[in-house]
Amino acid sequence: MEEIWVFIEQDEGIIEESSLGILGKARELGEKYGFKVVGVLLGYNIRGAAETLGRFGAEKVYYINSEHLSIYNNETYFRVFEWLIQKYKPNTILFSATRNGRDLSGRIAVRFGSGLLAHVIELDYDDEYNLVGKVPGFGGNIAAVVRCIKSRPQLATITPGVFDVQVFGGECKVENIEPRFDLEPKRMKIVMRERGVSIDISKSEKVVIAGMGTGGDLGLAKKLAQLIGAELGVTRPLADMGFASRDIQVGSTGVSLKSRLAIILGASGAPHFTSGIRDCDIVISINKDPEAPIKEYSDYFIVSDIFEVIPRLIKLLEG
Amino acid sequence: MKGEALVLRNIIVTLKVVPKPEEVYFNPDTKTVDRSRARNEINPADKNALELAISIKEKYGGTVIVVSMGPPIWEKYLRLAVAMGADDAILISDRALAGSDTYPTTLVLARAISKIGEYDIILCGEESSDGGTGQVPPGIGGWLGIPHITFVKDIIDINEYRIAKLKRTIKGGYEIIEVGLPFVAAVELGCNTPRFPDFRRKRWADKEFQLKTWNINDLGLRPDEVGLKGSKTEVIELVELRPPRRLRKIITGEPDEIAKQLYELIKNLM
Ligand SMILES: Cc1cc2nc3c(=O)[nH]c(=O)nc-3n(C[C@H](O)[C@H](O)[C@H](O)COP(=O)(O)OP(=O)(O)OC[C@H]3O[C@@H](n4cnc5c(N)ncnc54)[C@H](O)[C@@H]3O)c2cc1C
Ligand SMILES: Nc1ncnc2c1ncn2[C@@H]1O[C@H](COP(=O)(O)O)[C@@H](O)[C@H]1O
Repeated sequence: MEEIWVFIEQDEGIIEESSLGILGKARELGEKYGFKVVGVLLGYNIRGAAETLGRFGAEKVYYINSEHLSIYNNETYFRVFEWLIQKYKPNTILFSATRNGRDLSGRIAVRFGSGLLAHVIELDYDDEYNLVGKVPGFGGNIAAVVRCIKSRPQLATITPGVFDVQVFGGECKVENIEPRFDLEPKRMKIVMRERGVSIDISKSEKVVIAGMGTGGDLGLAKKLAQLIGAELGVTRPLADMGFASRDIQVGSTGVSLKSRLAIILGASGAPHFTSGIRDCDIVISINKDPEAPIKEYSDYFIVSDIFEVIPRLIKLLEG
Repeated sequence: MKGEALVLRNIIVTLKVVPKPEEVYFNPDTKTVDRSRARNEINPADKNALELAISIKEKYGGTVIVVSMGPPIWEKYLRLAVAMGADDAILISDRALAGSDTYPTTLVLARAISKIGEYDIILCGEESSDGGTGQVPPGIGGWLGIPHITFVKDIIDINEYRIAKLKRTIKGGYEIIEVGLPFVAAVELGCNTPRFPDFRRKRWADKEFQLKTWNINDLGLRPDEVGLKGSKTEVIELVELRPPRRLRKIITGEPDEIAKQLYELIKNLM
């Protein structure tokens, strides 16, 4: 049986959750079209994690264990994938459209002459088993339905979070695979890493988003968020300027929210931003420009200066 | 070159022109994208790549060459890049290129880069704002058989052994990568402030600068290797991802009044 592979991303043993959602989607497709679903896990001393992948949809796991695979480096990861693909000839390989998933898939596509559907939000096959996906563009408000033309393997990266993690039963075999070549990267070396705790706001119930209207002062936004039990998010320029971590940036190059309530302080409503709030239930925005495009994307559009209104609101909330 | 004082050779910047996303409309009747009302601009991340290239040149020498694959109307944006400080610009234009997906695009750009030759650093943007997803830079690295690094915030240093130190954004922070020249780097959008074109240089770039244009013949490519024929994907149709209908209730008034309304609103929603 031909195989659909899912690249199970991990970093120092922590599995990337969006990879697990993709396993579930792959399983659905596998059952519909007769493919075997294989999780491909590169890492170090994480056989335990490999064993759990069956619960999320994998029917088999290729596990490659090496100290050189503990963190992502594209030289070794690519070499391992190149070798695995030649050895097992999968039909399809799916990646999460994370930084690393995009980094790796682009290189594999050129190496194997593969069609690559990027950042898809829907995925299926046509009647000749060519992969078909919906690819958002122009900031995320227009999408193209794109098909891979007869290449094998065929590839897709999937926007993180579009497929929920599902739980499956049944057997899953973990195969330990040992490449016969040296896995130490030769051409590039990661010499230092600096990481804080990364916060995932993609599933937060309530989010307060600060835009450039805050002038980079996140004090008010944080205080408001804290009082209503919300998480903090920002627009891209604030992350660019280093006022906040890229991890809490909302939009097409950040996270997509699914919150019940989003309160937006001083953001203009550019397409690359508004695609990130499409799935929020209720959007309240505050902007001093009555014509700001964010108006169209708001349930409640408050025309005012945030530095006038938010301190007063905070007072009321504090009782 | 080991151990000698470092002087860089070519620093190549791949540059694309894109319509401003907020000015692009979807026509639901024809199911096409209407760009006729949209102004074009240099892809924002490519401006950051160009800025980084020029600042690298200022530190280590070298020649900054901009390469673009697109229609002849892109010429004026390449001239703008020259006005910003690029030393040379090449536009690859050919009817046969229409409809190219990432596969032929990266092939064409890699061929052009090989033809230019003597490259030490190739800088691309993180992604193109009209729907690209950053697959081009790894692809160029693949064709050229050299390392690629994506989401690069900065090139911190290049030493006399021709090893560069790059800062790359990762989940929750960053990492520092050491890589030997030559390499491809995809530069993060917003990682620096692109300089403005110098006025006198702009006049020169517009009037006197000799822009090079190449076609696929110049790159030794056949029409069926590029364009729709050379692509590995095809677009079946375009659809609009409609934003949900919002209430669009507008609230105006005195700050005290607004704060009260907002307070009630939030309380009801909690
Ligand atoms: C490839 C690409 C990807 C991108 N990805 C993203 C993304 O993922 N997320 C994202 O956010 N952006 C993204 N962008 C950038 C996006 O195009 C916009 O530039 C950005 O969203 C603007 O941020 P902003 O609304 O905070 O700032 P601005 O556009 O500067 O808007 C600030 C707003 O604040 C209002 N304001 C100012 N002062 C006050 C005040 N005192 N009180 C009330 N209102 C005030 C102003 O009227 C204005 O409307 C991307 C761009 C590109 C090219
Ligand atoms: N047609 C093109 N001409 C020149 N450079 C391009 C072209 N397409 C993509 N690029 C480069 O590749 C980067 C990433 O593009 P993409 O993979 O399309 O998101 C862009 O920021 C450009 O630097």
